[in-house]
Amino acid sequence: MWTIFFIASLERYDVKAKVYVTLKPSILDPQGKTIAQALQTMGYQTVQDVRQGKYFELDLDSGSADEARQMVAEVADRVLANPVIESYRVEVE
Amino acid sequence: MKFAIVVFPGSNCDHDAHYALTEVLGYEADFVWHKETDLHGADAVVLPGGFSYGDYLRSGAIARFSPVMASVADFAAAGQPVLGVCNGFQVLLEAGLLPGGMRRNRDLKFICQYVHLRVEQTDTLFTRNARVGQVLRIPIAHGEGNYYAPPDAMARLEANRQVIFRYTAPDGALDDAWNINGSTAAIAGICNEARNVVGLMPHPERACERVVGSTDGRVILESVVTALTGEGALA
Repeated sequence: MWTIFFIASLERYDVKAKVYVTLKPSILDPQGKTIAQALQTMGYQTVQDVRQGKYFELDLDSGSADEARQMVAEVADRVLANPVIESYRVEVE
Repeated sequence: MKFAIVVFPGSNCDHDAHYALTEVLGYEADFVWHKETDLHGADAVVLPGGFSYGDYLRSGAIARFSPVMASVADFAAAGQPVLGVCNGFQVLLEAGLLPGGMRRNRDLKFICQYVHLRVEQTDTLFTRNARVGQVLRIPIAHGEGNYYAPPDAMARLEANRQVIFRYTAPDGALDDAWNINGSTAAIAGICNEARNVVGLMPHPERACERVVGSTDGRVILESVVTALTGEGALA
């Protein structure tokens, strides 16, 4: 029983993590605004606003989804996003 | 007086800085490759303009993890002078050596032209030879120079008098029409609390000779020499 548990704990999983980075709501997004204006000019009058962001996919070899989520959040905070102007969202599957 | 000019992959104003500091102003300057951790015994460090790592991810975001940056951080923490110009300023922001961040320019354009900067503070290592209110005519060349700091950080910057250059009209008047990239409070350059680390978007090294249109950049580069050696001190 103990042996089985030990082997299980060493198991690794292929995990795909997705990170979405966008400017914080309080930060003006001139690119998004320009896109929104263009869409309105094209006749898409229902478009109220556009926020442009960045999207990252990370392929990981991880012990668990939780472990992956924690590590990716750290990476997003340290590197992928600049917390001064950007916020991020992490998804793990 | 010796400068270290850090060279990242994609730096492109490193030679401008070297030329201005050595050929024009007559100081010593060494290039320091970003993989090095030794600053060649320099008295001051310059992080030059350019497009380090192709501006991938965000301007300066990858360069801040270069091995040399740990040495630059130690150098700065020891109170020694560090100047970040344009991309060098962006690297200092990403590294947390200066507060705030950069957004795309307000009109989304890469802007390459002369601007007018008003000197706000002269008790820093890079402005001590200037006068408060002096207007410098120095070129910019950037697409991401729209400075931002959250309200609490802005309040600290103003309270500590860390805003040292603002974009103004030629006569030094603050006017949103002359805030070339839309920066918060028209900020063109700031210093850290200890006043030895300075970052600015305009390029003083490109304004050191009359033949290129302006010599107003000299006062910034010469100030640090005066601060360290007394050379060229104002009476």
